[in-house]
Amino acid sequence: MTTFFAPTVDWAYLAPLVVVLGAGVVGVLVEAFVPASARRATQLALALVALVAAIVLVGTLWTDVTDQGYVDVLGGALRLTVTTLGIQAVVLVLALVAVLVVADRSADGLDAFAPTAAAVPGSPYEELARRKGLVQTEVFPLTMFAVGGMMIFGATIDLLTMFVALEVLSLPLYVLTASARRRRLLSQEAALKYFLLGAFASALFLFGTALLYGATGSVNLEAIAEALAQGGAGGPTAGMTGMVVVAVLLLLAGVLFKVGAVPFHVWTPDVYQGAPTPVTGFMAACTKAAAFGALVQVALYVGTGLQAGAPDTFRALEVALCVVAVASMVVGTVVALPQTDIKRVLGYSAIAHTGFVLVAVLGLLGRPTPEAGVDALGAVVFYVLAYGLATIGAFAVVTLVRESDGARDGVVLGEATQIRQWSGLGRRSPWLAGLFALFLLSMAGIPLTAGFIAKFGAFRAGVDGGFAWLAVVGVLASAVAVFFYVRIVVIMFFADAPADDDAAPRPDGDALVPDVPVRAVRPRAPVLVALVLCALGVIGLGVFPAPVLNLLG
Amino acid sequence: MELTHYVVLSCILFAIGATTVLLRRNAIIVFMGVELMLNAANLAFVTFARMHGDPHGQVIAFFVMTVAAAEVVVGLAIIVAIFRTRRTASVDDANLLKN
Repeated sequence: MTTFFAPTVDWAYLAPLVVVLGAGVVGVLVEAFVPASARRATQLALALVALVAAIVLVGTLWTDVTDQGYVDVLGGALRLTVTTLGIQAVVLVLALVAVLVVADRSADGLDAFAPTAAAVPGSPYEELARRKGLVQTEVFPLTMFAVGGMMIFGATIDLLTMFVALEVLSLPLYVLTASARRRRLLSQEAALKYFLLGAFASALFLFGTALLYGATGSVNLEAIAEALAQGGAGGPTAGMTGMVVVAVLLLLAGVLFKVGAVPFHVWTPDVYQGAPTPVTGFMAACTKAAAFGALVQVALYVGTGLQAGAPDTFRALEVALCVVAVASMVVGTVVALPQTDIKRVLGYSAIAHTGFVLVAVLGLLGRPTPEAGVDALGAVVFYVLAYGLATIGAFAVVTLVRESDGARDGVVLGEATQIRQWSGLGRRSPWLAGLFALFLLSMAGIPLTAGFIAKFGAFRAGVDGGFAWLAVVGVLASAVAVFFYVRIVVIMFFADAPADDDAAPRPDGDALVPDVPVRAVRPRAPVLVALVLCALGVIGLGVFPAPVLNLLG
Repeated sequence: MELTHYVVLSCILFAIGATTVLLRRNAIIVFMGVELMLNAANLAFVTFARMHGDPHGQVIAFFVMTVAAAEVVVGLAIIVAIFRTRRTASVDDANLLKN
C-alpha cells in the first residue's frame, strides 16, 4: 500500500494567478446569474478589480522573490525570479490598459464586438440581436483566462505546464478574434487562420517536449538542462544528439510562432488586421510579453545545458536563432513599407520588433554563465513593456478614427484603416493624431520615448553577448523602419484631406470606397484613460527609465 | 516487440499529421491532422514513460487529451461559423486578408 503525500502549495506565490483566473471563473457565473442590464458593468468592474489586485499582489511578492533569488512553486510549475515576476507584472499592467480599450464604447455607444458572435453575418438573426441591443459580455472572462494563461506561460520551467498555459492563453484569443462587430468575414477568416496555425504550432511544441522527455527523462527544464549538460559520451543523452536537436528545434518553433518571428510569422498581419482592434492591441502586447518570457526560459535552460554538454549543437542553435532574428528584422521592416492598411503596418512592425528582442535573447545566450545575463533579461522585459504600451495606445487610436455618413454628428461606421484615409487627421483632431505620432515615434525608437531606451538596452545586451553585427543589423533595420513610421506622421499632419484623384476603389478585399468621409470620434472615459496611461508610460519610461530598470536588476 | 518500434510509429504518425496540415485544403481535415500530431505525441510520451520506468509520461498523456478536447470545442466552433457564412470549409476560399 503506497501512502499518499499531499503536495505542499505556496498559495502566497500563486495569489496573483488565483485572483485573475478566479475572476475569469466568477465572470462565467456572472453571465449566468446577473441580469443582462447589469452584466456589462459587473464584468468590467470584476476584470479591473482583479487586475489591479493582481498587480498589487505581484508587488508584494517582489522583495521576497528578489531576496531569495528564485522561488519554485509546485516543483517548478511556476518559477518566480525577478524576470518571470517582471513578465507577470508587465502582462498585468498591459492587460489592465487593454481591458479599458476593450470596454470602450466611444463610437455611438457600441463596443467592438458582435452582438452574438455565433450569428451568421447578414442573417435576420444577427439583425434581430443587433436591434435588441445584445452585448457579448463574455469578452471579459475570456480576456481574464487569456491573461491567466499568459502569466503562467512566461513564468514556468515545466514544459507540460508551459503547453497547457499556451493553450489556456490561445483558445480565448481565437474566440475573441472571431467576434468583431464589423467586417465579420475578415474577423472569422483571421480566427480560422490563427486557430489552424496556432494549433499546428502547439502540436510541434508538444512533440518537441515528448522527444526531449524521451532523451532526458524529464519535462522540467532544470532537469533537462542537467541531463543535457552531461551529454556526449556516457551521459544520459549519449547517442541521441539527433533526437535532442530535433526536439529543441520543434520546441523553439512552437514558441517562436507565438512571438511572431520569421518564418513563423505569416499569421501575424492577417490576424492583426482581422481581429477586433481592441483585441489586436491586447493580443499584440500581452502575448508578446508572455511568449518572450517562455522563450527566455527555454533558451536559458536548454542553452546552458547544451553549452556544457554539446557545444557544437549549441553553436548551431545560436546560428539558427541569428537567422530567425535577422529574417524577422528584415522581413518585418521591408514588407511594412508598401502596406496600405494601418493595422497591417503595425502587424509587420510587430514582426520587426520581435527581431529586435531576439537580439537581446541572443545576447543572453552569448554570456558565459546565465548569471552574467541579468541585464539581457532586464532588457527583454523592459522592451516588451515599452513596445506593449505603444502598441495598445496605437491600436486604441485606430478604434477612434472612423468612417461616417458625412453628417457632422452622423452615424459612425467601421474603422478607417486605410492609411490614406488618415490624411489631414492632424488638423482636425490634433490631440489624437499627436498621441498616435507619439506611439509611432516610440516604436521607431526616437530618443525621449520608451522605445529608445528599450532598443538601446536590447542592442547593448546583444553587443555584450558578442553579437555586435546583429546589433548593427538591428540599428539599420530601425533606421529603415523610421521611414514608414514617419510617413504616417507626415500623412496625418502635412497631407491634404483625402483627394479625389485616386477615387477609384482599390481591390482591398473589403470593398472600401475611398471617398467615405472620415472623422475621429470623441474618446469617452475608458479609452481616454487608456490613451493617457499609454502616453504617460511611453514618455515616463523614456525620460526616467531608471526606477523600472533598477527593479528589473 | 521492441519499444523503439512505438517511437518510430509515433514519428510516422506525427509526420502524416504534419503533412496533412500542410497539404490538405479542407479545414476539418487540416484540423484532423493537428489532432493526429497531438496523439502521436501522446504515443511517444507513453512509450518513453515505459522506457524510463517513470509514470510522468503517462500522466502527461491525460493532460494532452484534455487540452485536445478543449481545442476541438473552439476549433469546430470557428470552422462551423465560417462554414455557415460561406458554405465552404476550404482554407483556400478564405482569402479576403492579403496584401
